[in-house]
Amino acid sequence: MNIFIKGGHVIDPSQNLDEKLDILVADGKIKEMGKKLTAPKDAEVIDAKGLLVTPGLIDMHVHLRDPGLEYKEDIVTGTRAAAAGGFTSVACMPNTKPVNDNKAVASYIIAKAKAEGLVNVFPVGAITQGSKGENLAEMGDLKEAGCVAVSDDGKPVSNPELMRRALEYAKGMEIILISHSEDLGLAADGQMNDGFTATELGLKGIPWVAEDAATARDVFLAEFTNSPIHIAHVSTKGAVQIIRDAKARGVKVTCETAPHYFTLTEDAVRGYETNAKMNPPLRTAEDVKAIKEGLSDGTIDAVATDHAPHHLDEKDVEYTLASNGIIGLETSLPLSLALVADKNLTLPQLVQKMSCNPARILGIDRGALAQGAVADITLIDPEAEWVVEADKLESKSKNSPFLGMKMKGRAAYTIVGGKVVYKNV
Amino acid sequence: MSTEATVILDGVGIKRALTRIAHEILERNKGVTDLVLVGIRTGGIHLASELASRLEEIEGVKIPLGSVDITLYRDDIKTQAAHLPVGKTEIPFSTEGKRVVLVDDVLFTGRTIRAAMDAMMDHGRPQCIQLAVLIDRGHRELPIRADFVGRNVPTSRKENIQVRFDSGDHPVEVFLEKN
Amino acid sequence: MVFKHKDILGLQDLTAEEIELLLNTADNMKEISKREIKKVPTLRGKTVVNLFFEPSTRTRTSFEIAAKRLSADTLNISASTSAVQKGETLSDTARNIEAMKPDIIVMRHAISGSHHYLAKRVSYSVINAGDGAHEHPSQGLLDMMTMREKLGTLKGLKVAIVGDITHSRVARSNIYGLTKMGARVFLAGPPTLIPPGVERLGNVTVCSRMRDAVEDADVVMMLRIQLERQGKTLLPTMREYSRFFGLSQDLVKLAKPGVLVMHPGPMNRGVEICSDVADGADSVILEQVENGVAVRMSMLYHVSGGGPTE
Repeated sequence: MNIFIKGGHVIDPSQNLDEKLDILVADGKIKEMGKKLTAPKDAEVIDAKGLLVTPGLIDMHVHLRDPGLEYKEDIVTGTRAAAAGGFTSVACMPNTKPVNDNKAVASYIIAKAKAEGLVNVFPVGAITQGSKGENLAEMGDLKEAGCVAVSDDGKPVSNPELMRRALEYAKGMEIILISHSEDLGLAADGQMNDGFTATELGLKGIPWVAEDAATARDVFLAEFTNSPIHIAHVSTKGAVQIIRDAKARGVKVTCETAPHYFTLTEDAVRGYETNAKMNPPLRTAEDVKAIKEGLSDGTIDAVATDHAPHHLDEKDVEYTLASNGIIGLETSLPLSLALVADKNLTLPQLVQKMSCNPARILGIDRGALAQGAVADITLIDPEAEWVVEADKLESKSKNSPFLGMKMKGRAAYTIVGGKVVYKNV
Repeated sequence: MSTEATVILDGVGIKRALTRIAHEILERNKGVTDLVLVGIRTGGIHLASELASRLEEIEGVKIPLGSVDITLYRDDIKTQAAHLPVGKTEIPFSTEGKRVVLVDDVLFTGRTIRAAMDAMMDHGRPQCIQLAVLIDRGHRELPIRADFVGRNVPTSRKENIQVRFDSGDHPVEVFLEKN
Repeated sequence: MVFKHKDILGLQDLTAEEIELLLNTADNMKEISKREIKKVPTLRGKTVVNLFFEPSTRTRTSFEIAAKRLSADTLNISASTSAVQKGETLSDTARNIEAMKPDIIVMRHAISGSHHYLAKRVSYSVINAGDGAHEHPSQGLLDMMTMREKLGTLKGLKVAIVGDITHSRVARSNIYGLTKMGARVFLAGPPTLIPPGVERLGNVTVCSRMRDAVEDADVVMMLRIQLERQGKTLLPTMREYSRFFGLSQDLVKLAKPGVLVMHPGPMNRGVEICSDVADGADSVILEQVENGVAVRMSMLYHVSGGGPTE
């Protein structure tokens, strides 16, 4: 089945595109792009007038919980949520049960995603066996099995010597290492950002220095080993500055932030709101401002959701007992579009951070609208207004701090490999 | 809603009534031995204090004077939308074996008096409890009657009787409001 | 002025007028405990459940006596937080208790915010008897009642609170309450036990030296230093703590004449407070306990207004 996307505003900074174009998709690939093309007779025509047409969005940091924790999410529901959010690809973190630290788990994920998933799933393997931070995992094998990165996400690699060796080894295997940079000693038992709100609520704080000190260490180790490193979920002003400085002196560092870090502050925790509990925690207004600046000046390369589904029973408990993390796939696009509305980013910059850059960092053949490229395309209605409602979310879990909030902008069509997997028009 | 107020007892009238009640109390109790006065918050407290000074004038003896707040003994506590503020109860003497004269301004359903009697019982076992009121307006809902009454005023349930006190807590007049 | 809250979760949620109402009622209820028959029929037929997830003798017995003096039926349930973490959730515990149709639940829990969690999910009234490091409103109220009773007013008082502020729910409730009632709070303690931004909780000044907090104070409130809580990273030794942040007779002399020395108990004699101070003329520690019953009667009385919640 051919698809003819007619008259959309095509934006792809990787191809220097920011204009009204028609796109013809055939056999899962982009066959032709141009002005005023004629639709072939057998093609399904999508009227893209008023829509943005971008390379398929890529969320390089999600938790699909499959295998082992399917009560929270699985590959089917997770990719359905991704499609609804406009994502054509996701990279899923290895903290499943068992941990994705070997070929068998990686192969299972890829096979299941291929058979039942709606979007491309690129697994991220573990840095250390069992993500225990003790012995290196078989990164070479993981890469061969299809993993696009390694990470112990959820936990830092605390031992600096091990982190050094992991960077060296990953570099040799040509796989990017994604670091969860957190100093556990400083963050010990913390429940939210350390500061006034934590004092008021009587909760133990996680100080910004727990993130900054670890980020600095990891950046130094990358510099020392001359290895690439990607810093996950940057949330503090200091971490942004550390990465900015490192980039300036040529360190091969990239990083991502999540929509909640540029949208919410620690105030969202007031009332002991467990859907505002995550790690790293929501920070202060000053940090939010710094994150936006980092996005705007290019220090922060990517927006990733850290989509972390949890069952109601893990969130509907006393604040301290609640699990860390929130879902994000279905709210990421409107929250990020708000950055464009607020003039923090241009549309091409946004596309870069939600598609081109993640593809480049992970080294995957995606994130571009070019003739012959795989037809992963997202059509965005930037004006659509909607309200986040639990029962309308595709994700199996509903742990979002944005429930009940008004959003502007959403995916109209999500096209994966030339097939429309999601439509909302 | 317009209200129409009629004075049914003026200051002089009140004074006469209180003086008479003081004499009746003495007569009934054969003097002031073991006699104590307890006013029911808040109007009853002012009147009890008036009665105490009259008794002192007549007998030359200071009568122990206390006050009782009945909020915690009300029988409508379960139906209150929000609980009423609690006033002070001050009974700085033992009531054990005493002849207690409860004093209130207006006797109506009798529920306040029931509550006040229960409160008194929690403070000890008096020899007897008597009741003095300035106005008895009828409509009793409990088997209670006053021992000493300033004036009986037949009323309808819709009417309202109030005793007005001046800034020094002295009774000025009693008026009746028709709603 | 009437009290319209279903629950009392903390003094942060109450207005100055509401705090005053609670204190006035407590003042007027104090007399009940001095009677021959120490009981009024007010809460007859009401059931008060004391649900304590942390060991407590003082607060639990005080609430129990308060409830009994108001003629409520009381029931004590003790559970350890760890058992709950392993098995039944607070939400299930709460629902089970709800099935027994209580009117008021008085809860103590080690986790800050547990009461907010509970109050949102149940129809009965919830009174916070201490949640983690968050609030302990009945303690704050009884402290204020004692200060007001002894010093006439709370307005303009200089109140020094000394010790582990970070982990203290007593300090937070006092800061909220005292600030609302017009007093000034001066905090002192080792910097490791002063939480960030605490000055912004109310009219609060943080002093690095204890004597600055105590000087000219109308009230000196010593907090219990919890040996089991501070660990080795926050304090070197109890000996040093006692030297720099213990209340001695010499320090008391720096305060206003007639200063009130307070302690929420249980005291570590010889650590945060010297015995001669604890038992001295300025100490009102036992009055605090006495007023605790009156304050808790007042809280039970006011939250029970309005009958069953619709």
